[in-house]
Amino acid sequence: MMPKTEQELAELVAGGSGPFRIAGGGTRTIGLAEGEALSTRGLSGVKLYEPGSLTLVVGAGTLLSEVEELLAREGQRLAFEAPSLGGLLGVEGYSTIGGVVAANASGPRRMVAGAARDFSLGVRFVDGRGEVVKNGGRVMKNVTGYDLVKLMSGSHGTLGVLSEVSLKTQPMPETQVSLVYEGLSADRAVAMMSASLGSPFEVSGASHLPEAGGAAARTVLRLEGFEKSVAYRSGSLQALLAPFGEAAVLEITDSEALWLGIRDVQRFTAAEGDVWRISTQPSTAADIVAAINPLDAFYDWGGGLIWALTSSGTDIRAHIKNGHATLVRAAEADKRRLGVFPPENAVVAKLSEGLRRQFDPDAKFNRGMMG
Amino acid sequence: MDMPSPNVALIAKKDRIVSRLRAVLPDDAVISDIAETRAYECDALTAYRCPPLVAVLPANTAEVSAVLKICHEEGVPVVPRGAGTSLAGGALPTADCVILGVARMNDVIEVNYPDRFIKVQTGRTNLSVTGAVEQDGFFYAPDPSSQLACAIAGNIAMNSGGAHCLKYGVTTNNLLGVTMVLMDGTVVEVGGAHMDSGGLDLLGVICGSEGQLGVVTEATLRILPKPEGALPVLIGYDSNEVAGQCVSDIIKAGILPVAIEFMDRPCIEATEAFAKAGYPMCEALLIIEVEGSEGEIRDQLDRIMAIAKTHNPVELREAKDADQAYRIWLGRKSAFGAMGQINDYMCLDGTIPVSELPYVLRRIGEMSKEYGLGVGNVFHAGDGNMHPLILYNANKPGDLEKCEAFGADILKLCVEVGGCLTGEHGVGIEKRDLMTVQYAPVDLDRQMAVKDVFDPQWLLNPAKVFPLASSEARRAGGSAPSASGIHPRDI
Repeated sequence: MMPKTEQELAELVAGGSGPFRIAGGGTRTIGLAEGEALSTRGLSGVKLYEPGSLTLVVGAGTLLSEVEELLAREGQRLAFEAPSLGGLLGVEGYSTIGGVVAANASGPRRMVAGAARDFSLGVRFVDGRGEVVKNGGRVMKNVTGYDLVKLMSGSHGTLGVLSEVSLKTQPMPETQVSLVYEGLSADRAVAMMSASLGSPFEVSGASHLPEAGGAAARTVLRLEGFEKSVAYRSGSLQALLAPFGEAAVLEITDSEALWLGIRDVQRFTAAEGDVWRISTQPSTAADIVAAINPLDAFYDWGGGLIWALTSSGTDIRAHIKNGHATLVRAAEADKRRLGVFPPENAVVAKLSEGLRRQFDPDAKFNRGMMG
Repeated sequence: MDMPSPNVALIAKKDRIVSRLRAVLPDDAVISDIAETRAYECDALTAYRCPPLVAVLPANTAEVSAVLKICHEEGVPVVPRGAGTSLAGGALPTADCVILGVARMNDVIEVNYPDRFIKVQTGRTNLSVTGAVEQDGFFYAPDPSSQLACAIAGNIAMNSGGAHCLKYGVTTNNLLGVTMVLMDGTVVEVGGAHMDSGGLDLLGVICGSEGQLGVVTEATLRILPKPEGALPVLIGYDSNEVAGQCVSDIIKAGILPVAIEFMDRPCIEATEAFAKAGYPMCEALLIIEVEGSEGEIRDQLDRIMAIAKTHNPVELREAKDADQAYRIWLGRKSAFGAMGQINDYMCLDGTIPVSELPYVLRRIGEMSKEYGLGVGNVFHAGDGNMHPLILYNANKPGDLEKCEAFGADILKLCVEVGGCLTGEHGVGIEKRDLMTVQYAPVDLDRQMAVKDVFDPQWLLNPAKVFPLASSEARRAGGSAPSASGIHPRDI
């Protein structure tokens, strides 16, 4: 099913009993949703783009790549750096912007710039009763009523089907460089990343890639902005971090390629095993990795995000004290057994279930996906 | 502005409620004397007043939980209160309610520089959060203009912004986790010191829910390293259109200043008479601030001034040092006080798409003539958040009502051009009855459905945010239905 308009979508949901498995581009289907595929690809198109107001309004089925090309023509981008996980998950296809928002899909810049949810200004969606609901708008300061935009972002289609999203865009920086430090232990690397992120030099990426296959461990810091400013901050940061060693500097092309690889978890694309995405406090990250003893792991967000590769079917969640782990890639049986999404405390679980019942009383959407 | 009729049955059992509250709180934390409860009769929207039945000042999460459990059992509405600086009446009591003030809960629980967060009790003021970390080079970014007084609890309830949110975002973008007490006394942890939720983003909907979903007692907030420096430039234009175009061109050029403030002629004249900041007399004045090292500031200001010059400014004044920066900000920071010198004023808070600025200012000027009330405009131009200040005389019968009608027309205009009723102050009671202008009944119903989950009896701050007619059935489920509205001022 691929409705062409929001109205068609609403009628389809109102008239059908489901369950519907909502699909944008089908590139980040990490959960185990049941039901007939309901594609949002028909709900595409740019409704409004005002570069001078940093505002974009698009149909949820619009391809992420189309959005990125449109913005690039005006020297802008989406700051939250949505990953493309198709390679990691072994699926073909193109992401839609609705899928990005529904999954709150955010990359390395998230730690300083914010996540997809932070750049989502407004949504239109069809709820489980088949009614069209709007929330938020197209302006970046808006506290009119409850913020259902945040609730929809990250709900993985379990509360409603997004039909339109409004996003805040960001100017594309003139250039970027990366500072690369070699040979640091995970502990040292996190300490260095924390020092850099606690400095005024506006680091926009901080990742630690432990040694693998004979290649030395690399800890990388990204700086973006106007050329003069980047040059200044690169120098100041190197001086600040001198106790951690000497940095090699990657210029724009190599730097961009490096961060694309980190964003899309390319390190694990060809590797066998389950893939976990762990959000935690940076200072606890190295201990968590030591405790779970994975096949491989690397750190993003200055240590706040761990990507871990583990033997199939291993449950690592007992080791996560501060934060949560999502099982991004695994065999279906293991996903069922371990759960894709992290368990929640009893009160949060009850409130979340209550919200799902309100928005989707007949459990028509993505049944079995979350909660 | 109507409020539900107080439930006389609750007022009749005041003694019982007070004695139960006294059993779980220290004596001085329960305020029931009629004269003393007057201290809580209003917030910064002083036109509306009503003393509560009781006010309580718990000191920690456990006490908040005990209070709410009792109120839940007794069916008493609870109005949470931060520092009482809401301009929207978010903390306005009803005569049958318990005011739950968080003012005594102002401890810093944890400061963590490596992970860049601070955990505080929510009665702590916004500025003192920064105060706890600034000696180590950090700050808390959201900076509402009431930051000296306003509490983090209220910031979370209203999702407060400030002048610097173009770069740093608003409260919701800087909030990592909360400890919250539900109406039945249940304590819940949402989020933590890590980023993003593993499940539904409850934190995202709690922030900005105006104290209707729970009482947030502790908050984990992101802290950021302080920039090396900041300097503003002042630019004057002889038309609003040109000033608006200049802002748009700066943003399109890839420069992201930390603040872009806009003042129109009535506001410039008022502040000049009051603060004598030496502002040029022109139609539109921009103050644009950039951050960074000396060299970075220089480079950004050069870029901004080059763009500004293409639009033929009548004034272009660059701050070379802290003293000149102070002079440039002096007028803007005195603007509200200056308008207050002229008359009483009502401060609005609508947001518009930046591109609609010239049209909206022209229409506000026309309406000002029609209503016969003066208005000055202060505006966070980078993000479209307007603060029209409507002048009126509180002692002149009918003037407040006229001012409110004018304000409502301005907010309707904001929505009409693609904006919203409130950018950072919240809905409270002030914009409650305008919600239907921005939202269809189904949009409001789904928002209220969220409250149904968190507070099924609708006891927490029940008469706010949603038009009384829209929420009536739900409110009637728990407390007495409102038959006729009574002006809180008449109580």
